[in-house]
Amino acid sequence: MSDTRKVTIKAFRFNAETDYLPYYKQYEMEVGKDELILDLLNRIKWEHDGSFSYRRSCRHGICGACAIKVNGRATLACKQNAMELLDLFDNELVFEPSSKKRAVKDMIIDKKDFWDKHAAVQPYVVADIDPHPEHETKQSIEEFNKFLDSDLCIQCGACHYSCPALEANPDYLGPAALNAAYRFTVDTRDNAGKERLELTAEPGVGVWDCVKCFECAEACPKEINPIEKITKLHNMQFEQGVAKSNVATRHAEGFVRSIKKHGFLDEADIVVYSEGYLGMYKHLKTAMKMMKAGKIHWNDGLPWVDNVPKSKNLDEIQKLIEISQTNKL
Amino acid sequence: MSKLKYALFTGCTAKQSTPELLSSTLAVAEKLGIEITILEEASCCGASHLQDFDEFLAHVLNARNICYAEKLGLTMITICNTCQLNSAMTKHALDTDPALKARVNEKLAEVGLEYKGTSEIKHFLYCLIDEYGLENIKDKVEVPLSHLNIAPFYGCHNIRPSELHHTSNGGENPYNPTSLDQLINALEGHPVDYDHKNKCCGFHVELQANHTSEILAGNAMVDAIDNNADIMVTPCPLCHLKMDTYQDDVGKVMGRDIELPVLHMPQMVALALGCTPKEIGLNFHVQKATHLTA
Repeated sequence: MSDTRKVTIKAFRFNAETDYLPYYKQYEMEVGKDELILDLLNRIKWEHDGSFSYRRSCRHGICGACAIKVNGRATLACKQNAMELLDLFDNELVFEPSSKKRAVKDMIIDKKDFWDKHAAVQPYVVADIDPHPEHETKQSIEEFNKFLDSDLCIQCGACHYSCPALEANPDYLGPAALNAAYRFTVDTRDNAGKERLELTAEPGVGVWDCVKCFECAEACPKEINPIEKITKLHNMQFEQGVAKSNVATRHAEGFVRSIKKHGFLDEADIVVYSEGYLGMYKHLKTAMKMMKAGKIHWNDGLPWVDNVPKSKNLDEIQKLIEISQTNKL
Repeated sequence: MSKLKYALFTGCTAKQSTPELLSSTLAVAEKLGIEITILEEASCCGASHLQDFDEFLAHVLNARNICYAEKLGLTMITICNTCQLNSAMTKHALDTDPALKARVNEKLAEVGLEYKGTSEIKHFLYCLIDEYGLENIKDKVEVPLSHLNIAPFYGCHNIRPSELHHTSNGGENPYNPTSLDQLINALEGHPVDYDHKNKCCGFHVELQANHTSEILAGNAMVDAIDNNADIMVTPCPLCHLKMDTYQDDVGKVMGRDIELPVLHMPQMVALALGCTPKEIGLNFHVQKATHLTA
């Protein structure tokens, strides 16, 4: 088998100063088995078009500057072997900036939104420091392990610009900022944990707007798994009494109530419980359609009146909830 | 080929708002000679919400479900992407963290159970493809779906995070998934290729971030329609619920009339295997699929 492959690259081209619309330009090249995506970016610039623009710096997967999308996949160009992507996408690669709508020139984007959100969570230890300390502020291994690798984030923006919730709701903090919020909130040397948790609990902004698609976990080149930290922040809001009763928190907590009663989730009741009777009006039209189609059924009695099937051995489930539940709304 | 046997974790929706998912799954199993034992003892998996309230409790309840599959000595199969993910996340956490496993088993012991880690967890889609086999399914097709352009909608929780699923979903790549496309081909339908087939439907924020939810569902549906889809098919009942029951609302947000029947994966298979629309509950859809059997 040959160590090289003939590749067609379609690169997103746009210069905000001269172009009205972006366009794609095609480049053909023979790619070697050890070449990285960054090598291909360099070859476009050095061998085809000197005006082609992209960011690069450390070339060691540390600075995060060269994050782009290849065939829609978040990619840290200096870390990603080109052949691996060719195996996945045949011999055609599409290079695009991490966010097309934030493109300034070719692969270069304006990351202001990313940095604004990063700054909003106070991504540093907030503490009154004694200017003349007598000893170091030590952390135990156990305390350090609670970071769960969240401190390995290189701020490349791969998760941020892959997050569909952020795309739909620009106010959402997004996975990178929430990962940073987690990292400093669990830091035992920090005093701003409650303030950060309150921010992450805010509807429309914080963790409750995560759509749980796991795109961030897939996109992260450092395998940090931001959604794992988002789940931890959810839990911490309840543990530390920061969670306020609203549709999102009642929805999460309502699962316990429902499972305790039936083993299963009572799908109709959870909507009523989460929204409240007044909030239910929004769903009446859909509920009527579902009833008409048989999706909300009358087989065992009135909908919303305790008519869902029950798990066998329900008493076991109830006992496990009683002895394992650690949080309260 | 020896008879395949599975322990079925139905999840909540197949017993309530999507009864057609359960009936069509059982119909497919019967047609293919797959033996199914329903795990009647199982509880809700937490649906990606319980763990936000109490992650440890979610692990305990999911471990209990797996215990019952282990007692039968069978692979636990799921018919919902989110049930698949939550069960697999608990299995992964317990199999890789002995301290957590011990804490969970301490609770399970109180009801006479023990999580051992002996049962695999697999979505029915991948049982059909990886274990029953596409060629074998092809041999059983009685009503080819050759008159249909079918948009595969994969849903998030079967394909992401790929690291968690790679042994149970045949190494499906989340950026370029092919299982549903292959299945549609085997049933002689025409798979529709569109950008949003591996994106999120927005179901999980339907209540608290409705606008986000509608946009995500709308992007996928409009993309499928613009690529000439007659129907959409999904292995996830939550994606089905979002896209079937909220089509009018999604259409309003997108500024488009959207009429796209959204079938459960087993319904599509069952149709090709010769089941009647009534047997597989097509009447339970809000957006009726009247042209399917034309």
